[in-house]
Amino acid sequence: MFVKRFLALLSARNKEFIRDRSSLSWNILMPVLIVAGFAFAFSGEFVEKYKVGIVEPAQATSMIDAFLHTRYIEFIPINDIKRAKIKVERHQLDMLVDAQQRRYWINEESPDGYLVEKIMLATIGSGLKKQTLSGKPIRYVDWVIPGILSMNMMYSALFGVGYVIVRYRKNGMLKRLKATPVTAFEYLSAQVVSRLILIMAITVFIFYGTNFFIGYAMFGSHLSLFLVFALGAISMISLGLVIAARLTSEEMAGGLLNLVSWPMMFLSGVWFSLEGTNPLMQQLAEFLPLTHVTAAARAIMIDGAGLLDVSYHLVILIVQSLVFLLIGALAFKWE
Amino acid sequence: MNAPLVEVRHLVKHYPHVKAVNGVDFNLQAGTCFGLLGPNGAGKTTTVEILEGILQPDSGEILYKGTPVGQRFRQQAGIMFQSTALQDYITVRETLHMFARLYPKNTDLEVLIERCNLRTYLDQDNRQLSGGQRQRLLLAIALVNDPDILFLDEPTTGLDPQARRNFWDLIDSIKSEGKTILLTTHYMDEAYTLCDEIAIMDHGHIIAQGSPKQLLQAHFNDVILQLPECDIPAEILSDYATHNRKGLVEITTDDVNRTIEELMAQQVSLARMQVRSRNLDDLFLELTGKELRT
Repeated sequence: MFVKRFLALLSARNKEFIRDRSSLSWNILMPVLIVAGFAFAFSGEFVEKYKVGIVEPAQATSMIDAFLHTRYIEFIPINDIKRAKIKVERHQLDMLVDAQQRRYWINEESPDGYLVEKIMLATIGSGLKKQTLSGKPIRYVDWVIPGILSMNMMYSALFGVGYVIVRYRKNGMLKRLKATPVTAFEYLSAQVVSRLILIMAITVFIFYGTNFFIGYAMFGSHLSLFLVFALGAISMISLGLVIAARLTSEEMAGGLLNLVSWPMMFLSGVWFSLEGTNPLMQQLAEFLPLTHVTAAARAIMIDGAGLLDVSYHLVILIVQSLVFLLIGALAFKWE
Repeated sequence: MNAPLVEVRHLVKHYPHVKAVNGVDFNLQAGTCFGLLGPNGAGKTTTVEILEGILQPDSGEILYKGTPVGQRFRQQAGIMFQSTALQDYITVRETLHMFARLYPKNTDLEVLIERCNLRTYLDQDNRQLSGGQRQRLLLAIALVNDPDILFLDEPTTGLDPQARRNFWDLIDSIKSEGKTILLTTHYMDEAYTLCDEIAIMDHGHIIAQGSPKQLLQAHFNDVILQLPECDIPAEILSDYATHNRKGLVEITTDDVNRTIEELMAQQVSLARMQVRSRNLDDLFLELTGKELRT
């Protein structure tokens, strides 16, 4: 009976969502518009100024001192040459210099790399050995797309589950279901799975739909990315269940959902990197599911990370999902 | 008499500052329609919702077929709430199928659709139903599991007279199948027409219980004579228990012949006089008072 009841509720909820044209189109249209806006706004200009990675210890030789004092170039200390070389390949660094080993790397496809190399050669001469790398540039839109998809997922999960359950509770629909043999577990799991299917379908549609026109950088596995998004969706749907567990007022639910979603939107590294931000803010961001979905998805897409590389984020998302689901299920009231 | 289908024993439910249900006992005999009446706030809905399993009582016991209510009761009960929202964007047919899949046993949906006259609206979105159509769908949902016992909480509130009569016919046909019905209503004519037994609640207690006829006989041995106000001189009214309503004077008497003779002796024209028996409205007001409840 569980499967029969679960499928009955799941099917009804899916139909409701798909037939609610305004809600469905808004769920698809909003992220597409944001992505298109960023793709347009940041087309062409990828970096504001030149960035050169300097392998530590930078002062191993005085031969690059003059170059290090060049204005309008940001020199970034590097400890991990392997990762830094990937950044050169992706145009996130214009050049990488290892003075101790008397060598440097540039991406031959990077115009900025070409200019920075000219500046260095004019400043310190040709004492370093040139090594070349190649690879497509990472644009801002490539960097921001994992965050936008995660953010869209967050809104769909929180409002699509939280708000809807509160509405059903307020108008008596939940009370009617309580009078049937349906258990709270069956009802909640149908809501979670229904929303998960819809979120993943919409996310896949948006990703591949916009990718067709924009062509994102994607260095990792599509399956890994799918798993990260699915886990992120479960975590945020579960958070929606916690918020909706007992509320009977849609206004209160709306306020609480905004209270939760707005900080996530700005503190989770969706729009800008959290590196270099206030440590307190970084600590706060660690508690937000959106931070971990965005970071893991970005690592897979841009850095080509595997599931093991992002396991820290995955573990946190799993723990958060379990805690939220447990609280949501225990606190749930039909009325 | 057979063992009751449902036995309610000393049911108590208190809210802060309100004793909503304060020691209620009654039985529901199989195959009968039991009406629970009472003014707003009397405790009817709380009592019914405890029976339906929506609310937990503070104390008391409900037995269904001799055992405490549980999952079996939920599977064998049909419930029509006073106000229930239906899921948006799905059709009448889909709604019926969804509820049918929630129960292990179902009635024949095609028969149910015909009986509740839903055929014309089957593919209509729930949001587009009229009040009467909606009530018929809610009744069909309550019957989808072929219940042994049916709870109807003010099922005809807000319906026009035609839709109400139509609904009564439906309930009558359900009753004729031997199903047990617990009905709450504010309409006394509805209770009189449909119920085999009624209980009147007030302040959390049952204050009267029996068949409508038994209750009327037990509480009234008088009738009411109605005369146009202009046909009866004001000075003789003080001799009788009277009540004025919309230009009509109502004289309550336990001896019709004697009262008519007295009126004729005083030259009162009886050409437009009407005699009416006491009804459940009178009983309800007699027992619960006439002050407005909110």
